[in-house]
Amino acid sequence: MQSFLQQAVFGIQLGSLYALIAIGYTLVYGVLRLINFAHGDVFMVGAFVCYYACTRWLPFRDLSADPAGATTNIALAVVVLIMAMAVCALLGVLIERFAYRPLRNGLRIADAHFWGLVAALPVAVRLGPFSHPGVLLAWLVIGVAFGYALRPVVAWIARRSVRATSRLNALITAIGVSFVLEYGGLLVVGADPNFVPTIVPERVYVLPGGVRVGTPQLAILAISLVLMLVLRYIVTYTRRGKAMRAIAHDIEAAKLMGIDTDRVISFTFALGGALAGAGGALVAALTHVKITPLFGLLPGIKAFVAAVLGGPGSIPGAVLGGLLMGLAEAFVAGSKASAFRDAIAFCILIVLLLVRPSGLLGRHVAEKV
Amino acid sequence: MLWLLSRALGAAAVLFGLGALSVWLTHNVETYYYLVLIQCGIAATLAVSLNLINGITGQFSIGHAGFYAVGAYVGAAWTMLWRPIFAKELPWLEIGSLPGDVANLIIALALGSLAAAITGLIVGTPSLRLRGDYLAILTLGFGEVIRVTLLNIDAVGGARGLAGIPTLASTGDLAAFWVFGLLIAVSLLTRNLMQSTRGLTWLAVREDEVASDAMGVDTTRVKVTAFVVGSTFAGASGVLYAHFFTGISPDIFGMDVSIMITTMVVLAGTGSVTGAIIAGFALTAMPEALRFLKDFKEYRMVVFSLALIIMMLTRPQGILGHAEVGFGSFVRLYQRLRLGVRRSAR
Repeated sequence: MQSFLQQAVFGIQLGSLYALIAIGYTLVYGVLRLINFAHGDVFMVGAFVCYYACTRWLPFRDLSADPAGATTNIALAVVVLIMAMAVCALLGVLIERFAYRPLRNGLRIADAHFWGLVAALPVAVRLGPFSHPGVLLAWLVIGVAFGYALRPVVAWIARRSVRATSRLNALITAIGVSFVLEYGGLLVVGADPNFVPTIVPERVYVLPGGVRVGTPQLAILAISLVLMLVLRYIVTYTRRGKAMRAIAHDIEAAKLMGIDTDRVISFTFALGGALAGAGGALVAALTHVKITPLFGLLPGIKAFVAAVLGGPGSIPGAVLGGLLMGLAEAFVAGSKASAFRDAIAFCILIVLLLVRPSGLLGRHVAEKV
Repeated sequence: MLWLLSRALGAAAVLFGLGALSVWLTHNVETYYYLVLIQCGIAATLAVSLNLINGITGQFSIGHAGFYAVGAYVGAAWTMLWRPIFAKELPWLEIGSLPGDVANLIIALALGSLAAAITGLIVGTPSLRLRGDYLAILTLGFGEVIRVTLLNIDAVGGARGLAGIPTLASTGDLAAFWVFGLLIAVSLLTRNLMQSTRGLTWLAVREDEVASDAMGVDTTRVKVTAFVVGSTFAGASGVLYAHFFTGISPDIFGMDVSIMITTMVVLAGTGSVTGAIIAGFALTAMPEALRFLKDFKEYRMVVFSLALIIMMLTRPQGILGHAEVGFGSFVRLYQRLRLGVRRSAR
């Protein structure tokens, strides 16, 4: 019984993280009917922002040498969380702007500069590590120069660009973006695993019954709850949220009603990115897992399964699915078959697709021809 | 009867030619180039088999390395773990002589491709009943799960993998024979399929799933069949890989391999068999040819994934589209060039 409850606590911690990522999938799926494959990698970027902020960028105190620094560190930790959310929101918007929007509206000449920056990445990596501001500056300069060189090419492409693209093309693009982030990340930060040190004092409470609950677990649960409530407020009560729901309902009609759909879609990606960034920062700082540029893949896929489990497009469904996924994984990890903890997500997905493909809280929508 | 005879003679001639070529290659080509050639052949086989799923039936699978791994491990497990048990009773299973090697390789091929086919059925059936997106996720995840699971199975060496798998090609003489034989088999299968009634239903599913459903095509069945056939050949090429490179570990079958195969199919043109073969050779040989650019191996994945995105934004059907490359296309290219020269001269 005790170990059961202990696994349940672990499962809820895991589940709230999956729920944070799954919301991003479900939001984007809702407005664009697109599986944003790169979402798990946005989560990875959040974890890396947290890692660099904790070890290089921000003046964290060393707790073992200076126990009085705890208050400063907690204040800085909030800054880290906000930083990770901001960076990932920006990344989400960039991905939408430069990879998915050209699929809908055609490539613009201004996009050349973005692709120039991406192309300049390998050149800049040779100059030195990215934590050096000079390298960053050189990257920007070279990237913009590449961009000017690319302009005629993009202009040529834009002229003969195809507009009506199928879902499959969008999916392949999304997968391409995901791989660019992963392997680009490998180039920039290398493949060595990184660990975030303990930055805030951690304490473990023993509940009656012998179940141990640590402050990191409580913090993860509390922060994700707050973020989900904020998201719910935004989607339900603000104008932007209303526009998002309108687009999810019918994008063409929303356009006719005067909604600037491109802006609202950008906003959706920013929201999803911010949540994934928060999830990444929480995972990196509070669970001390090893982070590598490829580590976003499996959490991303599991969160996607969570979103499908709850019903793609439904936000409460994503939260429910995330919690169920977390619990299922925790119980498998605690049992004898712990080697298969990563496989459980796929067993769930396979059974779900056979039994109820529209998800627990999703509606079945017949495809119109 | 005459038709059958001529076909059989043709097949025998091709097989004999392949065997002779294989022996010639082993003795006259430097080992390094020979290994690259074998790798190109295996990659091309993988690309053509994925082309059956992604190109001809219009689905999107991105976990092909998973089936490749299943085939390789099951094939290697036969040769290293199960064969010794049977060999006690059945002396013809001893390796080291040509008949024994061939018999064992055929058994390994059969078991490996069967295992890959069954896995394909398990992965494909639930997701292919629905729209294409689910297949992509499920196959990608499946590839990862296979890798992680293999890491955790001690019987096949865990993270170290299996090493010292006996080469079953009589010290490598026949490696090219098996590899290119498989490549020819899967290419011929695809070509003949596209000209048959059954193949037309596959193409119909690619062009418009709803319409073909309305015309009475059992779309789920078509998609699952294509998926299973594709995975079978991936498994078979895995068996060949295991028996020629004599060492396998879960790392060899990572996601980057899946991405490579997918890139080959998408870049070359979804549906083009010759395109897939050319891309398989080109993308495998390119990192070797570009070795003088010291760290191209590191940039390669970024370059390929960027190529995927740019291809989707500019020419979603791939370079060749559905077209095939044959002698005729060179003639047409020449004519177009001549026309261009004449025009510019005017």
